[in-house]
Amino acid sequence: MLDFLVCYDVNTETSAGRRRLRRVGKVCTSHGQRVQNSVFEVSVTDVQLLTLRERLLAEMDPTEDSIRLYRLRQPRDKFVEAYGRDRYVNFSDSLIL
Amino acid sequence: MRQLLNTLYIQTQGTYLHLDTDNIRVEVERERKAMIPLHHVESVVVFGNVLLSPFLIHRLAREHKPVTWLTEHGRFMARTETPVSGNVLLRVAQHGCACDRARTLAVARFIAAGKLQNQKTTLLRSAREALGNDPELLRQAARDINGQIGCLPLAETVDEVRGIEGTAARAYWEVFPLMLRANRDFFWLTERTRRPARDAINATLNFVYTVLANDCASACQAVGLDPQVGFLHALRPGRSSLALDLMEELRAVVADRAIITLINRQQLTPRDFVLHEGNTVTIKDEARKLILAHLTERRKEEVTHPLTARKTPLGLVPHVQARLLAQHLRGDRAHYPPYLHR
Repeated sequence: MLDFLVCYDVNTETSAGRRRLRRVGKVCTSHGQRVQNSVFEVSVTDVQLLTLRERLLAEMDPTEDSIRLYRLRQPRDKFVEAYGRDRYVNFSDSLIL
Repeated sequence: MRQLLNTLYIQTQGTYLHLDTDNIRVEVERERKAMIPLHHVESVVVFGNVLLSPFLIHRLAREHKPVTWLTEHGRFMARTETPVSGNVLLRVAQHGCACDRARTLAVARFIAAGKLQNQKTTLLRSAREALGNDPELLRQAARDINGQIGCLPLAETVDEVRGIEGTAARAYWEVFPLMLRANRDFFWLTERTRRPARDAINATLNFVYTVLANDCASACQAVGLDPQVGFLHALRPGRSSLALDLMEELRAVVADRAIITLINRQQLTPRDFVLHEGNTVTIKDEARKLILAHLTERRKEEVTHPLTARKTPLGLVPHVQARLLAQHLRGDRAHYPPYLHR
């Protein structure tokens, strides 16, 4: 599994922009978890990464928006510091609710 | 090592799961508790009153991720069967292994080794707390069992493995009453009797073993193994041999230890039993509830699994073991690693 940080800026001046914002958010949600408003952490396989990238590129407008993918170094807990409200869930831990 | 794929367990009563943008959305009383992307989940196991939306069930079925419904106490109720499930291959592998003498023997040996090792651990643990002459006797029994573990690699048939197990069991049950420190004149054990139970300890053991056997059968079903095709236990119609196999490693650490604790804390006293004519003993209803409540607490206790090095609630150990066995049967793992309590 590869860990990525996905951040995006979508221009919301027009209604088409707001639509793109929602849809980019949905694409990210289906692959990972929201850690801040426009910031997601995703943990994906190589194949899933291709799908994610393709879906993001299909949704965005390259002249208006910006999407950045940062590869996170592993192990995550060593290289990610989080303060304040943090609802990150490690999905490879046991999931018992 | 192949990573254990993740199973989502839902134990909170009244939970509602539904599909939301490729995630499983977990809601309790209309409040969102978690969003879990589907690609992190291999299967879903729900206990008791948990609802799944039809669309979530469809989606999980399409991706060959089984849903297993258990009662609140973990008894197997149902599992979704997906259109193309890997289970048939697993079952064929299991049956193939059961027909192969050498492989059956190998699995049976590992199961027996795990059982004896855990019996030994239990005895030594009690020896640390016992008084008077008892620690020496308990340690002696542990040494005897240790000797039997040494004999296991020499066993050439499953029957010989059973014989070794029996010899160790005799040493274990002989000193079992020495692990009890309260109401000793009441809680004595001369021999294991099943149906009917002849004394209070046997009655309690039988009850706890039934609960544990159910857990193990559920675990087999949840993983997709055939619970009736076992390796150490002989095949017999209606008998969940594989569940009994899986249970062997857990008898001492889960069931026996629970009884010892309850008796030593004097939560279980002579008053909790009814003596019938004809030398049979039954447990009173309140005591049954007490035992179940204790087992539930114990299930939540976390242990570090020696193989995966992960903190696992004791109640999920049967599931982990069933999965490890499935990996062995499929050929992903050279041998079946039994659960060894620390």
